[in-house]
This record gives sequence, structure tokens and C-alpha cells, in this order.
Amino acid sequence: MKVRVALTVNGESREALVPVHKTLLEVLREDLGLTGTKHGCELGECGTCTVLLDGEPVLSCLALPVETEGCRITTVEGMAEGGRLHPLQQSFAELGAAQCGYCTPGILLTATALLADRPSPTRQEVKDALAGNLCRCTGYTKILDAVELAALRMGRQEART
Amino acid sequence: MTKSDFAVIGQPLPKVDAWAKVVGETKYADDLFLPRMVYGKLLRSSHAHARIRSIDTARARAVPGVYAVITGADLPRVKFGILPVSQDEEALCTEKVRMVGDAVAAVAAVDEETAEQACRLIEVDYEPLPALMSVFDALAHPEVRIHEYGDGPNVHKSVALQFGDVDTALTSADLVREDVFFFEGSNHLPMEQHAAVAHWGSDGKLTLWSSTQTPHYVHRLLAKVLDTPAAHIRVIATPVGGGFGGKTEPFAHEIVACQLSKLTGRPVKIALTREEVFYTHRGRHPVLMWIKTGFTKQGDITGCHLRTWLDGGAYGSYGVASTFYTGVINPMTYKMPVYKFEAARIFTNKPPCGPKRGHGTPQPRFALECQLDKAAEQLGLDPAEMRRRIVAEPFTKTANHLTITTIGLGECIDKVVEASGWREKRARFGGQPEPPSPKKPGIGIACSAYLTGAGTAIYWNDMPHSGVIARADRSGGVAVLCGATDIGQGSDSVLAYLTAEVLGIEPKDVHVHPADTSLTPVDLGSYSSRVTLMCGMAAIQAAERLRAVIFQAVAQRLEVSATSLVARERKVGVPDDWDRAVPFAKAVELGEAIHGVLAFPGSYAPPKRAGKYKGGGVGPSPCYSYSACVVELTVDEETGHVDLGNVWIAHDVGRALNPLLVEGQVEGSVYMGIGEALMEEQVFRKNLHKQPSMLEYKSPTTLETPEIHTILVETDDPEGPFGAKEAGQGPLLPVIPAIANAIYHALDIRIDEVPITPDKILKALELKRLGKPARVGPVKLPLFTFKEPIVVESAFGQPADAVVSRPFTS
Repeated sequence: MKVRVALTVNGESREALVPVHKTLLEVLREDLGLTGTKHGCELGECGTCTVLLDGEPVLSCLALPVETEGCRITTVEGMAEGGRLHPLQQSFAELGAAQCGYCTPGILLTATALLADRPSPTRQEVKDALAGNLCRCTGYTKILDAVELAALRMGRQEART
Repeated sequence: MTKSDFAVIGQPLPKVDAWAKVVGETKYADDLFLPRMVYGKLLRSSHAHARIRSIDTARARAVPGVYAVITGADLPRVKFGILPVSQDEEALCTEKVRMVGDAVAAVAAVDEETAEQACRLIEVDYEPLPALMSVFDALAHPEVRIHEYGDGPNVHKSVALQFGDVDTALTSADLVREDVFFFEGSNHLPMEQHAAVAHWGSDGKLTLWSSTQTPHYVHRLLAKVLDTPAAHIRVIATPVGGGFGGKTEPFAHEIVACQLSKLTGRPVKIALTREEVFYTHRGRHPVLMWIKTGFTKQGDITGCHLRTWLDGGAYGSYGVASTFYTGVINPMTYKMPVYKFEAARIFTNKPPCGPKRGHGTPQPRFALECQLDKAAEQLGLDPAEMRRRIVAEPFTKTANHLTITTIGLGECIDKVVEASGWREKRARFGGQPEPPSPKKPGIGIACSAYLTGAGTAIYWNDMPHSGVIARADRSGGVAVLCGATDIGQGSDSVLAYLTAEVLGIEPKDVHVHPADTSLTPVDLGSYSSRVTLMCGMAAIQAAERLRAVIFQAVAQRLEVSATSLVARERKVGVPDDWDRAVPFAKAVELGEAIHGVLAFPGSYAPPKRAGKYKGGGVGPSPCYSYSACVVELTVDEETGHVDLGNVWIAHDVGRALNPLLVEGQVEGSVYMGIGEALMEEQVFRKNLHKQPSMLEYKSPTTLETPEIHTILVETDDPEGPFGAKEAGQGPLLPVIPAIANAIYHALDIRIDEVPITPDKILKALELKRLGKPARVGPVKLPLFTFKEPIVVESAFGQPADAVVSRPFTS
């Protein structure tokens, strides 16, 4: 059975006609063309497909679009604003936190939610927040460094404004 | 040259593809959606070993939305395999399945769900055969044959090599140790599941986009298995979402996608599920090892004899090479005057093992480094000082005729000893902590070596291993075409950095076009840590040829000698007269006006230094990287839980072309070593993978990964591009034995097998309490007679050859 779903993705209203059991991950990638969201297991185990629902990290492989109607969905494509990269995107690129880059979108979004909640997290808090996102390339070191650098820069920006 | 002589080399620059990756623009294979594309699914065997009596696809064909259903009968009857000597695979099995997960049929349908539904309706009549699930089983049942070829019943490959008189060397030793170790297999666990999109066009030409580390080998083998001219096949490696060796050979899903596309006249995508990735495997071989080494009182090695038994799984894969690699690299680190090595790879009814980061070398390295630790204790020597004393000499040969060029291992040991506070902690840890706690601290050390690219290709030939075309255009941009595949290690970036350095432009001015068999010169692939060195040398040669013509043209314009010119800051000119320097784009125009189109090739093949004996082709490399690692940890003697505190690792990378990326490779290697040391295992129960999911297959998260302190040591190797050696694999090796040695230091228990799980630690502690030897590890060796060894004189200590054949250098 197909249903029409109306989603708010990255600030845009999008509609799709999809089987009711099709996951948010699949709808984002296959129906809305937002392939920035990746998948590593499609069983809710690796964190790769993380998107934000009203600012909270959610595994899109376990979410159904009908459940997300009325929510603000943010994918990696929605992180940059007006052509300006999010400080996390900037620091991940600068510090080599993305190697193969496949887990990167999910980690960026999880970190976005963390920094919204805790603007100056300790390293342990960053580790705790990212514990559900697997990365096989980096050993996490540069990822943690990049989150800390972004937090520092966002803090400074905050202080200026 | 010193660092300050470089503009780009040595700078911690972002990767050239980093920006696309952080905004989600990078198109991995599964991100490709072509018009009219349909989806393929493979039906896989549920039997570990069975004859196929018949396959009935009628019900599957009748499902609405199904475009094609195929079995092995619909493919040319030709077997394939990555190594010419092991052509033992079929994309869709025709007579027999040899493991759970072998593909037997495939469906193309309007969507994945329909394809899956149709797969379930295919009826396969199997005649089950006994499943051989271990090396012991396979050797005990020669009457059951998994394959009809090999070096004996269920023996895929057996090798025996002897370099010098090992028996005499062991007899003359002050201490001889015999130890047995086991290293469990593990999966690469790339975050990206393999995916491929095939499009067999109406012009009769085939294009395959695939997450592969070896587009060239896939290209060659597709021609064979599809019985189609290679000239009509194009393979494009999409950016790979993690490889680690798991995507280095052609796979059933790639071949099937092509055939389904041919039959349906539509593009076909096949994306593997995570469970399929576990069954596709080609990961770390489980290896059982027996090692006997002689030592003098001072800790010198008098000789070493190593035996390894590899659990190969159901197919050959890279297994012949893997078998050699369990022996040939061990003599690279320390002075080892004589060496004997015997190995056998055994077929079993499990997913085939192959190359995983370190390919065959982490297992024997674990054995050797743990044994050194035991010997040091018996001899009353500090394990770090003992290793430091016996480090091999630069520009000499090993017993097994491999050439060491630069070796920074001594400096690596010094650096980690100093940074970790080794001496103080070694004395303080290993007893009752203050205040008393069940968490006992320990500190351990280990070292390793790894090759910077295999010295021989998979198929014997005299052509380049790596090729680059550098093409300058009038904009001042330079296109670099190279068959290399970026799997996250940064090969695109390295190509841009080296080209920019030689031409005096910015990396951003370089447009790298990788891994497209129609457009790019061959590079053999992203394996064996070969890419930075081999593509790098080819890129430098191509850029230098381009620069020579540009210099010639600018010299004419400025009326100066070409030898007085330099290229830097996007200009070409005479340093003392820089005001007259010509902008690079203008210089290109001048060059093009004289020379015509400015496109220049660069080619690289390794120096020909293979040992003159059968088997001498595995092991040679232009140069070798070295690592030393110290691990500090605590072990909870109540729970057996290991908590890693800090890892210090020093890596001799020759020269860090980009220290940021080198650190990233080292950190990633350390992380993967930790996973193998403490938790990762690809194991089977009732013929099935015990944990084919990312939740059950344990891998380290941020919480298990300790602080990693990376120290880069530069030795400026004459073989490497600007002196660079590999960094992506070697640093994994020492981590595993360093952890085992640190656990021993903490609790006086020896866990002689990995992964070192809490249950093994508790078992060893129990043995200790009972006054028994506090060791957990293998005790039984297979009944197996190795063949007579090929006996060769040891080349230990001989100077590196002064004259070496170097193809394509002029």
C-alpha cells in the first residue's frame, strides 16, 4: 500500500508517494534524491544513516516517513547555510576527520545535536555522544579533534555576536 | 631536501575530496541512480557444502516486476579468481556450493523487494555433503574434497623455504623457545556495503561502476567470465567507502549485475546487505602458528623456524600470496641470520579469507613479538632494550633475500620509550597498584615492518605497475589521469600534492581523474600499500616531463637557460629575476605553442629485486615501513575487562607527504589493531556465521578507542616519492602483540591467541590461582607433513645490490 507523505526536509516541503513500510532512509535517498545520507547495516546498528528529527539524532533506517510528518528533518545536505559550511563540516575537512567519508554525514549530524545541547563538551562527552556511530577509518581521533575545534570556533562566534 | 624546500609536501593540507565528503556530495556506488535502472539480488546457498541437483526458477520468473532470473547456466562456463593460479570461483555456482553464502541464482526486478521475493521462490535441490569447518576437520577428512586442485586433499597451498642452516643456529643458542599461537580471523567491516551498477549499452559496450579497490583486475576478469572483449568493457571505481582489502577482487555481484544488464537491456544495481558483506568476506585468515627461535644471552636472535597453518575458507582468493605473507616479512625487523618457514593454506567450507590490512603479516608478527617478550623475561632483559639492540641494518638484505633500504625502527623504539615513560612505568606497573584495586596496570611493547607495495604484479608482465598522464591546459590547470582508487587513504590528494609540488602550482589547480579503465593509465589497485609510492613516482615523472617542456618554452621567451628556471607560486622564472617570472598559465601556452598538446605520461615499476628462488616473488618491495608501539592498559582481574589507557606509536614513513593524512592512517591502523586484539572475530557455529551483523560482531567504538599518540619518523627513503614510504597498514601490526605483552605485564598471564576476550583472561587467572601455567592459547597442532623445503643460502647482512634494474626510469 502506498501512502502520500509530506515531509519537511532541510527547510523545504517535500512530498512522496511511497509504500507505507519504506524507511525514511530509503525515501530520502531514492525518492527525494538526498543520497548524502548513507547506510551501513539498515538494522539500526552502525549510526551511518543518522539524520536529525527536530534536532535530535535518529537512525533513518529505523524510522518510517509517516512517523516523521510534521517534524523538521535535517540531512547532511541541510547543514551548510547559504553556501557557508557548518563549522563542523569545516573542521572535519580541515583536520582530516573524513577519510573514506562514508560515516561522515551521520557523525556530523550527531555532533550537531551534541553541540546544540552542550556547546563546550568535554572529550568524554563527545565520545559518549558519538558512541553509536561506527567509523572504520580514522580511529576516531581526528573526529574528536574536529568536534572540539568546531565547538571552540562556534563558542568564539557566539561570544562575538 | 629539507622541509622548507617544499611548498606543498609536508603541509597538513585538507584532502582534495574532503569538501565533497563533508557536504554529502561524494557519489559512492550505491548513490548512482540511472534512468530505467532495475535492482538485482543474489540467491545464496544455505548449505556449507552441497551438490546442486537442480534449480527451478519458474515461480520466480512469474512474479510481476521481475525482468530476468539467471543461474550459472546463463553465464559462460568459465571459472575465475584473482590469482592466475587459483581460478576456482563461479559467480553463480553450477555443480557445487562450498559455503553458506555461495551465490546460485540471481534476479533482476523493478525494486529490491520484488527481487528478494522472487529469490525466495527459486527452488534449489541440494545434495548435502559433509561440511569441513576447521583446518583440523579438513585435514582429517581427505576423502571429502572441497576442491579438486591444490597441494593435497583440501590443501590449497603448501610452501617450505629454508635460508641457511637453522638447526645448527638453534643448537648453538643460549635459549631456544618454542611457542604456539593462534590468531582468529576477522572481517574488514567497511562502513560501505559493496555495491555495483552495470550498464550494458545498446552499442554492445559494458560499463561497470563498482566499489572496488582494483578496477584493473575487475576489468581483466570481467572480460574472461563474460566472454566479452576487454576493449568493450569499462570499469569505473567509484569512491570507496572503506576497503581495508575487502574490495580487492572481482565478486559475484559485479559479474551478475553485468549479465543481468545484458539480458534486461537496462542498468542493474546490486547492493549487498551487511550480512552478505560478512559472507563475501576475504578478510583476515585464522592462522595457527608454531615458532621456534634461538637467542643468545644478550638477546640476539640466532635463527628462527616458523610454521603456519591458514584456514583459507572455500576459495583461493589471494590465498597463495597470503600463505607466503605469513612468513616472508618476519625477518625484516631484527637481525635474523637464518630462517626457515613452512606454511599451508587449508580449504574449509567457510567464506574465503583474503587480504585484510596487513595481509598475512599481523598473525606471525603477533607470534614473533610475543615470543620475544617471553624470551626477554627469561634472559632478564628489558624488552624494549632487547629489541633496540637487534634492529636490522639499513641497506642490507635479510636471510630470505629481501632488501632493506632505510630503517627507522631504532628511532621509533627510542621515541615510544621516551614518550610513554616506559622505564618508569615498566618498573612501577605489574604489581599491586596503589591504592589497591582489581584494575592492574601493565605496559607492553612490540615492533613491526610492512611493505610499501608488492614488488610483483598479480599476473606476470613487464608493464608499469602504475601510470599517470599529466595534461596541462591553457587555464593553468593540470589534469592528472591515474587508475588509482581512492578508498579514503587519500590517493587523489597525494596525486594532486605531488603534481603541484613539481609544477609549482596549488593542489587546487590539479584535477585528479581516477580509476576509470577507459580513461586512466593502469594502476594495479589500492592494495599492498603501493599507491603513494607507485602512483606517486609515476606522477612525479609525468609532471617532470611536462615541466621540462614548459621550462624549455619559458627559457626561450626569457632568453635564459632552462636549467636556471624554477616553478613556484604559480609562476616559472629565474629565482634571482623573479619579477620577470611567467605566470604558469602563460608558461603552458608558450609550451603548447612549441610542443603541441601538453600531455605527458609517467610510468612506474618497482626495482627488480626478487630473490632468485621459487617463491621469491612474494615479499620484495621498493622499501619497507617500520613501527614501534607501546600500550598502557589496566586489566580488571575480577571481570577480565581490558581498559586501554594510551597507545604510543612511532612510524617510520620515510617522509610524511602530508602529516595530517599520515597520522590519520596510523590512527586508523592502531584502532583496527585494537579491534583484532580485543574483540573482533569472524567465527562460525553450525556452518553459519555466528555474528553477521554490526551489533553482534564487536568492533571498537569511541568508548573503547584510547588516546593514540602518533609520532612520525622520517628516513627519506631513496625509493619513495620525495622519500615517502607506506603508512596505511604497517602501524596495525605492533598494536596487537603490544596489547598481549601489556596484559602479561599487568597480570603475569599469557593469552597466546587473539582476540583476547575477558573469558580468556579469567581462565588464565584461574589457572594461575591453581598453580598451573597461566596461559590460554592453542595446544594442539594439525598432523601435517610439510614438503621438503627449498634450501637457499641466507643472504643475511649482505649489502643491498648496488645496481638494480629499474624499468621506465628514463
